[in-house]
Amino acid sequence: MAIDRRTVLKTAGGAGLAAFLAACSGGKGATTGDPGSGSSGEIRALFMKQAAYTEADVTKMTASFTAANPGIKVIPEFVAYEALHDKIVAAGPAGTYDVVLIDVIWPAEFGSKKMITDVSSQWPAAWKTEMLAGAIDTAEYDNKLYGVPWIMDTKYLFLNTQHLDVANANPQWLDTWEGTLKAARRMKEAGVVKYPFIWSWQQAEALVCDFAQLLGAMGGKFLDDSGKVAFNAGGGVQALEWMRQTIVDGLTNPASTQSLEADVQRVFQAGQASIVLNWTYMYGAANDAKQSKIAGKVQVAQTPKGTAGRPGVNGGMALCVTAGSKNQAAAFKYISHLTSQPEQEKYALDSLPVWVTSYDEPTVIKTNPAVVPQAKKQLDDLILRPQAKSYNAFSQALQAELQNALLGRKPAQKALDDAADKANTLLQS
Amino acid sequence: MKPVHVRGEGRFAAFLLLPAAIVVFGVVLYPVLKTLLMSFYKVDSAMPGSYPFAGLSNYTKVFSDPSFYPVLGHTAYFTIVSTAAELVLGMGVALLLNAPLRFKWVWRSLVVLPWALPTIVNGALWRWIDNGQYGVLNQLLGTEIQWLGSPFLALNMVIVADVWKNTSIVAFFLLAGLQTIPAELREAAVMDGASTWRSFWQIVVPLLKPSIAVVLVLRTIEAFKVFDIVYVMTGGGPASGTQTVAFYTYLQAFSNQLFGYGAALAYMIVIAVGALAMFYLRLLRQNQLAGV
Repeated sequence: MAIDRRTVLKTAGGAGLAAFLAACSGGKGATTGDPGSGSSGEIRALFMKQAAYTEADVTKMTASFTAANPGIKVIPEFVAYEALHDKIVAAGPAGTYDVVLIDVIWPAEFGSKKMITDVSSQWPAAWKTEMLAGAIDTAEYDNKLYGVPWIMDTKYLFLNTQHLDVANANPQWLDTWEGTLKAARRMKEAGVVKYPFIWSWQQAEALVCDFAQLLGAMGGKFLDDSGKVAFNAGGGVQALEWMRQTIVDGLTNPASTQSLEADVQRVFQAGQASIVLNWTYMYGAANDAKQSKIAGKVQVAQTPKGTAGRPGVNGGMALCVTAGSKNQAAAFKYISHLTSQPEQEKYALDSLPVWVTSYDEPTVIKTNPAVVPQAKKQLDDLILRPQAKSYNAFSQALQAELQNALLGRKPAQKALDDAADKANTLLQS
Repeated sequence: MKPVHVRGEGRFAAFLLLPAAIVVFGVVLYPVLKTLLMSFYKVDSAMPGSYPFAGLSNYTKVFSDPSFYPVLGHTAYFTIVSTAAELVLGMGVALLLNAPLRFKWVWRSLVVLPWALPTIVNGALWRWIDNGQYGVLNQLLGTEIQWLGSPFLALNMVIVADVWKNTSIVAFFLLAGLQTIPAELREAAVMDGASTWRSFWQIVVPLLKPSIAVVLVLRTIEAFKVFDIVYVMTGGGPASGTQTVAFYTYLQAFSNQLFGYGAALAYMIVIAVGALAMFYLRLLRQNQLAGV
């Protein structure tokens, strides 16, 4: 059997032309949202897996939703936080997901690029006052609401009480960053632990979260009132110098620059660190004897105070309906269920509710008696990372320069000035 | 003029090939052309829509982007060191596997194991091995080194992980080449008094040149495109010290949604890889013409 060259060329040419024409078409119309019936159909939802509500929590929440809405089938998927943003982006054009979980730093990007749906009209007016102000920030951009807040979190200070006792360090010292440093020195001198601190200072968003908390405490700002970068002055520089000095002094575990929150949790739970910052979920995990060597020896406190107070980083997240969802009504119904006060209150051990009155609710306090009182004080005072369309690029520039300073490759001021140059250009573009 | 039945067979064959051709063109040609087109537009979102024409500005931006040059440097270092190390180690392993060993199939199976591991698994494995706090490498050496804690050391540790995985495929390519070299040639050299070292350089290496060239082309191209092992092991850090061109391209396209710029970066990789392949193939052809 013979295939002549002309036939092959014709076939190849035809396919190539078709591919080129298809490429030129721009793929318009690939994703157009549809409200759907709202009472039937399938919803695919994308969640993160390592913090806040666990997979088991989400599965139970979903089961209670589908029990009440038997016509709607929900398929949840879970990815690591580090993969969440890019998965939302990659899946956007195909409209793979109906519901996505977004971080507080993404409403500007996803909202302005019309990847998530403006649900302002579906927000009951009461929610604005019934929800914590910091929670609303997670879904709001340009006076529009692009989702419903679901995770209300900030970084708390976790202490190994046994280490404090052995080193005879007064827990009251930990009310300020200066006192925290004093306690860490005491623990190192007493030989309780080699490195009292471990932080999530890997080149990732986690580093910016820790920096934000120290920046706020030392009176710094990400941006000034005119919208220009301000982290390279005053409190920002002090915060970074403080961070670097703890490495130089041997108080911070050098593995910090390669660690994320899960690594911090692992080291703390192994009893190899005394004082760490982490999200709410770690309290339950660190007190779980099945996975922690220090269960029962963990205390949680508000983030320490600096010269300018003790703002915690806003680590909230919201559930959004994607622009490409073909079942938007059902998707919003699902979101409304997951974010509802009764549903959130059931799982307060892993993630605290976005609702103001939940923090006085005896059942919630009972679920997480150590964290709720701290949260009640802390969640009124949060520092918000810039709400910019190009936040990711802004953050990458800052992360790289923060690491340059932490590794001693540049002085703090120079590193932050270099980051500011790049970040200002990005904010203007 | 061809007989009618031959022409009919040709059409039938083309018809049978059509589904496969459509799939291949769909998953290869369409994305390639789409990316090329995108590189000439200011595409700043994953969503479909109309974007302004940018001409060659995405390409010129590559050269004016201060972050690109360090990234290119990391990629060049990674490519040269990992390819060289894999070639040297792969040659050693191939010579061992070609030696008259007992249970040869056991050794060959063991050698192929690292290559059989998915790169993502390999990256995760080495991330744990290199962990400064509880990694097995420090345990074995009795040290407290932060293997992934400084940019240059981290880049070298990523190379170690890549070499560990890919040496086996290099070894198998070279082993296939070694088995085509008649044993009589080496035996004759030994009879003539040539040392093992001399017979290796004078007989084995020249006859292995085609295999070496193929390995060099494949590994250089693969190394230049390195992404997944970096993503898993270091995430491009610390201080962006392990970011490679492919990783940077991914970052620009998917994390920053600068798809037009990302497409231009992707085409820069294509051009660089194409140039490398042409260079190697030309070298190979020259050697063949010279009768080496």
